[in-house]
Amino acid sequence: MSAMRDIITTHFGADAVPGAVLSPVTVSALHLPRERFEEAASVLKKAGARLAAHWAVDETLLGRAFAVYACYVVAGDYLLVRCAVPLDDPTFPSLTKKYIPAFRFERQIESLMGLVPTGHVHSDHRPWIKFEDWPADAWPLRKGFDGAQKLPRVPGEYPWARATGEGVYEIPVGPVHAGIIEPGHFRFQAMGEDIINLEERLGYVHKGIEKRFESLSWEDGARLAGRVSGDSTVAHALTYCRALEGLCGCQPPPRAHWLRALFLERERLANHLGDIAAIANDAAFAFLFYQFTRLKETILRTNRRLFGHRYLMDRIVAGGVSVDLPFDGAELIRTELDELLTEFERLITIYDLSPSLEDRLRTTGILKAELARDLGTVGFVARASGQALDCRIQAPFPPYDQIRPRLVVLDSCDVHARAWVRIEEVRDSCRLIREFLTRLPSGDIKSTLQQPTPDSCGFAVVEGWRGEIIYWLQSGPSGEINRCMIRDPSSVNWLGLEQAVLGNIVPDFPLCNKSFNQSYSGHDL
Amino acid sequence: MLRILHQIFRTGVVTEPLTDEVEAEVVMVGARLEEAIRRRFSRSLVIRQVDAGSCNGCELEIIAMNNPVYNCERFGIHFTASPRFADMLLVTGPVSHNMEIALKRTYDATPDPKLVVAVGDCGCNGGIFGESYASLGGVGSVIPVDACIPGCPPSPVDLLNGILALIDGQRV
Repeated sequence: MSAMRDIITTHFGADAVPGAVLSPVTVSALHLPRERFEEAASVLKKAGARLAAHWAVDETLLGRAFAVYACYVVAGDYLLVRCAVPLDDPTFPSLTKKYIPAFRFERQIESLMGLVPTGHVHSDHRPWIKFEDWPADAWPLRKGFDGAQKLPRVPGEYPWARATGEGVYEIPVGPVHAGIIEPGHFRFQAMGEDIINLEERLGYVHKGIEKRFESLSWEDGARLAGRVSGDSTVAHALTYCRALEGLCGCQPPPRAHWLRALFLERERLANHLGDIAAIANDAAFAFLFYQFTRLKETILRTNRRLFGHRYLMDRIVAGGVSVDLPFDGAELIRTELDELLTEFERLITIYDLSPSLEDRLRTTGILKAELARDLGTVGFVARASGQALDCRIQAPFPPYDQIRPRLVVLDSCDVHARAWVRIEEVRDSCRLIREFLTRLPSGDIKSTLQQPTPDSCGFAVVEGWRGEIIYWLQSGPSGEINRCMIRDPSSVNWLGLEQAVLGNIVPDFPLCNKSFNQSYSGHDL
Repeated sequence: MLRILHQIFRTGVVTEPLTDEVEAEVVMVGARLEEAIRRRFSRSLVIRQVDAGSCNGCELEIIAMNNPVYNCERFGIHFTASPRFADMLLVTGPVSHNMEIALKRTYDATPDPKLVVAVGDCGCNGGIFGESYASLGGVGSVIPVDACIPGCPPSPVDLLNGILALIDGQRV
């Protein structure tokens, strides 16, 4: 029984009506009257809960109106709190007084679903993801909005945060950035070289993914989930599939679970190696950049040779996996890891003994532990700032319930810590992969999927290499996709970057940004 | 320092030896590419990469073109931060509604004559994102495109091949 659920039912009595949510994760759902929605946030905040996600859904096809959800979590115990919102009064109580990240979630709800948060602590109603040149009444997530239409452009202006004073100046960066990276806009206010404020403007790569899901079959949804953020294709497809399997009551065969975990750890390895390389590169240590990207390339090539795709796209499907480990695969991976780890340790010695690198990485871009907690950050960003969060441990699926990952938590909160968490996780992923291969169960790799029943909800969380990914699915009146809510780790971790760069010098921004390396596409959807 | 030198000598040149089929392909494509670049672009083809809405999968492979295994710089291919220096725009897609203006401005800022290559299934035709209120589909629906490199994502070899096919196919 969920402790979180007990807290709410005890506090609200008959006002808290249990709802149904189907999930492989420990999660419960409760419906509350709209006027008591914020009160739940107070109660749960006191209980130490983190606001993990916050979204809205249009349930008119199901004969209801709108609904707003907040997802809270303590130590892998998830709770969904829902309140209904009538069509003629599309407003809901803001949670910003209790939870900082709620302001981003709520701007997004207001922009894309047209539901207005009331009692917003910052009164920040600037659109988010929706740009100022969209028609004001374009709310794409509403059922009445035709997703196939072409949007006209209207005149509009985005009011930026300003800073004035002698010697204060602004640096606008992007959306097209200098390197080979995704687009987004950063606006710095600086004094000399010191950053006094950074405001992020994201949404440039908004592709209408959540709306797109609603026109796809459940099977095709797995392909789209695998393209929410290309570098996390395994993790996203996996979270979607697990939510869907929860919704359909489908049990993937044991071997599929283990292969999925194998893919997930290989994705973590490849991305962490690439990130360590990029951090070294932004500190002008080109030698390490080339060495680590070489190691990353070996992982990608083995992936292609064994599983047919360098990034393992579309290898995770609803009900299991689409590709098995070839008969010589285990041996090949073991040899690959032996060579990789030997090289890796040599390079880490060089990394560790390099004072000029240390000078750039230590005490740069500090995200204090309490701020990391209050902002609701997840993944390696949170772990580098003292937060013991890892869904592989707190909400495990097989084989993580039998082979436990090592929880790497550091407290220096700087670029170095974010790099070092990755270094430790590379080592641990190699260990996990070896153990998976030793104990890999035999059998089928895919189960048949039943179509979901109408008006049901599915939920899943998975620790991708960037952190906790959440999917919430709802089926419509004929069992089709009515809503697919995606919460990439970037949705919350981008907030951390804005805070971590304060007081740093402008030339250290690329280094700070690389140490976060958040996804634009996963955030913008 | 000795450790670094030691590691460099131990690693050697990873682009050789070429036993693997894929690696052999890199060098074959690369040699022809180098020849075409020498002839047409005075030994240096400068590329500005623009993400106009991709899922970042294509970016991973474009970055991989620069790793020591593919090392596209040896063929004279450089990536530049400014479109003002670019001979070619390498554009990934689909083009999002929110990136349309920035993409057009980048195109206008690139001096003529210029080449535009659409990268990835989504850059070619919108891919799984299709055309919607937020996605305008392939790059060709927003700016003139000279070549398309399909794939999800196209591998570094596919990218080198695609660039070669374009500059080789053009008359000198």
